[in-house]
Amino acid sequence: MDLENQARIKDLCDKYGNENLIVVLGGAEAEASGLAAETVSAGDPTFAGPLAGVPLGLKAYHMLELKDEIDPAVYEEQIAMMEMVLDVDAIRQEVETYRN
Amino acid sequence: MNFPVLKGAAYALIQANDMVVHQGSTQTSEVRLNPDSEHLKEIHKHLRSFEDCVAYPPNQAYIGNIRPKDLNGIARPWYENPLKDATRDGKHGEMMPLDEFYGLMKAVDAFDLVLLEESFQNRVQERLLAHPAVKGWKMLEKLNKNHAQQPQLDELVAGHKAEPMYFEGKLIGCVKKAHDFDAALSEHVMFENLVSKASAAFCLQLLFSKTGITPSDVEYIIECSEEACGDMNQRGGGNFAKSIGEVCGCLNATGSDTRSFCAGPAHALVEASALVQAGIYKNVVVVAGGASAKLGLNAKDHVKKGLPVLEDCLGAFAVHIGENDGVSPVIRTDIVGRHTIGSGASPQAVMQAIVANPLDNAGVKLKDIDTFSVEMQNPEITEPAGAGDVPKANYKMIAALGVMRGDFEKADLNNVVERIAMPGFAPTQGHIPSGVPFLAHCKELMGEGKLNRAMIVGKGSLFLGRLTNLFDGVSFIVEKNSGVISGGGVDKDAVRAMIAEAMQGFAASLRAE
Repeated sequence: MDLENQARIKDLCDKYGNENLIVVLGGAEAEASGLAAETVSAGDPTFAGPLAGVPLGLKAYHMLELKDEIDPAVYEEQIAMMEMVLDVDAIRQEVETYRN
Repeated sequence: MNFPVLKGAAYALIQANDMVVHQGSTQTSEVRLNPDSEHLKEIHKHLRSFEDCVAYPPNQAYIGNIRPKDLNGIARPWYENPLKDATRDGKHGEMMPLDEFYGLMKAVDAFDLVLLEESFQNRVQERLLAHPAVKGWKMLEKLNKNHAQQPQLDELVAGHKAEPMYFEGKLIGCVKKAHDFDAALSEHVMFENLVSKASAAFCLQLLFSKTGITPSDVEYIIECSEEACGDMNQRGGGNFAKSIGEVCGCLNATGSDTRSFCAGPAHALVEASALVQAGIYKNVVVVAGGASAKLGLNAKDHVKKGLPVLEDCLGAFAVHIGENDGVSPVIRTDIVGRHTIGSGASPQAVMQAIVANPLDNAGVKLKDIDTFSVEMQNPEITEPAGAGDVPKANYKMIAALGVMRGDFEKADLNNVVERIAMPGFAPTQGHIPSGVPFLAHCKELMGEGKLNRAMIVGKGSLFLGRLTNLFDGVSFIVEKNSGVISGGGVDKDAVRAMIAEAMQGFAASLRAE
């Protein structure tokens, strides 16, 4: 995950408390989404960014997992096309791993 | 209407192993943050020979010796299936080794910033004077003089007064800073800018040697790399374009630089087409050199997964847009897609803006487009880094967009992708893979009657510059030439429109009576 985003997430945790935050991902690939979910829960596995060795314990969800929470018209306009394109099951499976 | 045409395109790759290690931003960041890292120790074991790089099938597609779709018939991984009898000389371009390229960097350096060790300089001078494309460059005279001695190089580099130039692990030269403290003229910036200039000039020369255009024909040059040249008072003042044209003897040309990250080349081609169609210039060249910082961008993943460092090439291209000759493919300037400030940044909104909207406006269906040249990154580079197959993802998005608009059935999605797709074959040099690598193949396929219409798509991530979160994208259509050239006077469509207007006026006058 981008080092700057890691810093921003860490700052938000300091400001609002980890228990009040979830992370919503929009990555196109299962592996990259899983890596991001891992970074915000267990810490940066590449040990490159501000979250190296910092297990925030945040729960991450991919946008496609939140379909039921979104206004159908907005979903249709913004996301429906990508739902056809992406491997939704693989992404869900990968991201879920780091919530449990 | 007389559309401008795609007269020709040329491509260059420069294999630059030592730049991967010493100037690639992934590696220089690692040196800064984690100097004892495993990656820095291991990377040397994963560098390819020039011969392996030449025989790498995607590189052969880039310089035109095989077609992109030929890659479908070569088993992956492609780096384990080199092409037999592959040559550095390509139908549309050339691959150059790093030592020769360092010679070009010295040749194009107008301010005596590049120093090369004496024996190295003599050796590359000999090679360049025998090179079929660049042997006529007047600037090669620079390789006759100002040799450096090893202690001088060692001292300049150790004193942080110069960016090192290594070849096969040995310090053989350097690029000096151009000002004592101006960050825009530092040794690092000057190195990157000279890399960009030298690779672009080399490719422009290839355009002259491989297509019909001569340097004196060129009236305007648009340079569209992702570097900036200037000093502390105007960091991106320019002008790469004229500096490149000067090297190649384009005495009748002026030019300017266009920027929009990876979408830059598509913008530049639309601008070039407009300039030609408007009759302002007859021959415009769009050119861009390579980026040393992007070498080995995903090398950590490649090394970790046991692959060769596949991002070992600087890329460059040059495209000639000219007046309609009745033969070359036309650029349909009436079907230009653009991502507007109000378009929105979701992938769906972007595709709608740059692919669907221009077709709708022109009454053309998605199924009328034979193929799309999108971001043609080589998937073998991006997949191990977790970024997937970029062209394939784009093709799926285009097909899915077609399903949503009712152009295709959902069940046909995979068939549509199969029809419009070609495998990625370009190096991940930002602006280099963005639409442009297909142009020479496109011209050839249209000439052979195997392709009628292609959409060229460029997309750019503007957030990287930290000024806006907006996305960017531009598209245009390249179409087989009908062979009809409108005359210099009024064309048939215009005459029809004038008659219709006169008849309407006459009818109105009758009604009034």
